[in-house]
Amino acid sequence: MTIELKAASKVTRGITHIKPTSLVLETGHFNVLLGQTGSGKTSLIKLMAGLDQLASGQIFMDGVDVSKLSTQKRNISLVHQFFVNYPQMSVFDNIASPLRVAGMAKSEISDRVAEAAKILQLEPMLKRRPQELSGGQQQRCALARAIAKESRAVFLDEPLANLDYKLREELREQLPELFAGRGAVVVYATSEPEEALLLGGKTALMDDGVVTQFGPTAEIYRNPANLTAAAVFSDPPINVVEVMSEKGSIWGGGNLTWDADARSASEGQYQFAIRPHYVTPNRQSDADVPVTGRIAVTELSGSETSAHFEVEGRSWVSLAHGVHPYKVGEDHTFYMNPANGLYFRKDAA
Amino acid sequence: MSKRSIIPILYILFLMLPIYWLVAMSFKTTNEILSGFSLFPQTFTLENYKVIFTDPSWYWGYINSIIYVSLNTVISITVALPAAYAFSRYSFLGDKTLFFWLLTNRMAPAAVFALPFFQLYSSVGLFDTHLAVALAHCLFNIPLAVWILEGFMGGVPKELDETAYVDGYSFPRFFVTIFLPTIKAGVGVAAFFCFMFSWVELLLAKTLTAVAAKPIAATMTKTASSAGYELGLLAAAGTLTIIPGAIVIYFVRNYIAKGFALGRV
Repeated sequence: MTIELKAASKVTRGITHIKPTSLVLETGHFNVLLGQTGSGKTSLIKLMAGLDQLASGQIFMDGVDVSKLSTQKRNISLVHQFFVNYPQMSVFDNIASPLRVAGMAKSEISDRVAEAAKILQLEPMLKRRPQELSGGQQQRCALARAIAKESRAVFLDEPLANLDYKLREELREQLPELFAGRGAVVVYATSEPEEALLLGGKTALMDDGVVTQFGPTAEIYRNPANLTAAAVFSDPPINVVEVMSEKGSIWGGGNLTWDADARSASEGQYQFAIRPHYVTPNRQSDADVPVTGRIAVTELSGSETSAHFEVEGRSWVSLAHGVHPYKVGEDHTFYMNPANGLYFRKDAA
Repeated sequence: MSKRSIIPILYILFLMLPIYWLVAMSFKTTNEILSGFSLFPQTFTLENYKVIFTDPSWYWGYINSIIYVSLNTVISITVALPAAYAFSRYSFLGDKTLFFWLLTNRMAPAAVFALPFFQLYSSVGLFDTHLAVALAHCLFNIPLAVWILEGFMGGVPKELDETAYVDGYSFPRFFVTIFLPTIKAGVGVAAFFCFMFSWVELLLAKTLTAVAAKPIAATMTKTASSAGYELGLLAAAGTLTIIPGAIVIYFVRNYIAKGFALGRV
C-alpha cells in the first residue's frame, strides 16, 4: 500500500494552504508530518482523505488515481486531535459503525470490535456512551474504530495533543505496535519533534504549506536540509549564530571563534546552528569552545536545567542534566563542540 | 418552609392567578360569573365542556388548529434543517446577509402580510384550507427554526461530519443516523417554538379561513349568541387551548434550557 502525491496543492478562496507537494508514503513504518501549528499538516491530511478538493496535482493510492474519488470510497481512517466519536452511539456501535456502513456480516463485526476493544483496553466500557468516558478512553475509542476498519490508510492528526502527559506517553508507546503488520499507510501529524523521534519511521518536515524535507526520521534529525528544517526539528528552539569562515577558522563575533571543519572549509558566511542539549555548562572535551552570555531566564524541569542567554544579539538556550546554579543577570560561560553543530550557507539559505 | 421559598411561591401564585380564574370560570354557569365575585364555583358544572365536545362548530375549531399547526411545524422543520446545515457548515456568497434577511421576516407585524396572503391564496384556490394557514405561518416560523437549529448545529464540531464521511457514511445517511440524533434537542426546541407561535397566531389564521379551516381562536371570538354572553363556555374553550401547549412544553422542558444556554431562544 502506498499513497503518492504528485504536485498536489490546495487553494481556498485565493489563499494557498498547500503549495504543490510531491510525496510517496509507504506502509510498514510511521510517516510523521512534523511542523508547527498552521504549517499545513491538517490541510495535507484532508487532501489525502479527500475531504478537501485538490487545486492541482494528483493523488494515487496503490498506483490508482484517487484524486476524484470521494472520501467514502477511499477506504481510509482518520483520528482527529479532538476526541470525535458518535455521541448517540455506545462505544461498541462507534467501533462497529464503519463496518456496518460497509455492510459486513454481524458475526464478523462483533469479532473485529472485540479484537480492537481488547487491544485498546476498552472491553469494560463497550456499552457506555463516549461522553461518559475519560479523554484518553474517548481517543482510544476513536483509534479502535480506525483499527477495526482495517482500512488502506490511517491518518492520525495530532491524536495525542489533547491528552495529559501521562496518557500521552502511554498511548504513544502503544501506537507503533497498534498498527504494525496491518498493511495500512500510517500518517501521523504532530508539532512535537520529540514525538517524531520516538515514533521513528520517516518524517516529512512541513513549513508554510510545503514539505521541506522527507526521509528517515533519524537522518533528517541529523542532517536537516536548511535552517528552517533544523528549527522545526528542535525543541526548545535551536541556537543560531551568524558566523564567518575565513582562512580555516570560524568567527562568530566577539571572542567566539573556533577552527573550521570540512563542512565549513569554503570561505563565506554561514548560519551556525546547534541544539540546546549540546550547549553545556561544563567543559566536556578538549574540542569544546566557550560561549559566554548573560543569563536571562533559567528553568528547572525535573532532572534538566535550561538557561536562556544572549549570544551576539540572539537568544540561546542551554539544556543540561542535573541542577545548575545559574544567576540571572550575570555572565556565564557555556561550552559547545562545534562538531555537533550544523552549518548552513548564508547565500544558500 | 424556609423564608427563601416564600417569594418564589408568591410569584408563582401571582402568575397562576389568571389561569386559575380561567379554569374556575369554566366550571361555573354564566349566571354565576355575571352575578358577582366567587373564588370557587358555587354550582359546579361540566355543561360548558359538554357543549364544546358535542358541538361540531366548537370541536372542529380545535381539530382545524391542530391540523394546520402540526402541518406548519413539520414543514418548518423539514425546510429549516437543510438551510440551517448550510448556514452552519458552508460559507457561500452572501451567507451572513441572507441569515439576517431571514430574521427580518420576523420583525414585520403579521398584519402587514395578511392582505397579500389573502389575495394570493384566494387567486390560487388555497383560501380556507389548512395548508393556507400552515404556509402563511412558515413566513415567521422557518426563519426562527433556521436560527435555533443553526445554533445547535454550530455546537457540533465539523470533525464529526468528516469522521462520518471517512467511515463511509453517505451524506444523507450521516445526516439522518448521526447528525439528527446529535442535535435532537435543537429539533425539539425549534419544533416547540414553531408549534407555539403557530398556535397562538390569530390574525393570519383568521384572515385566511372562513369555515372549513376555521381555527379555535377565531371560533372563540364569537362571544355573543342568542342566549346572550356565554362566558362559561368561552372560559372552557380557553382552558382547552392551553392544554396542547402545556403538553408540548412538558416534552421539551429539558431542551429549552439548552437553547437558552446557546443564546438562541
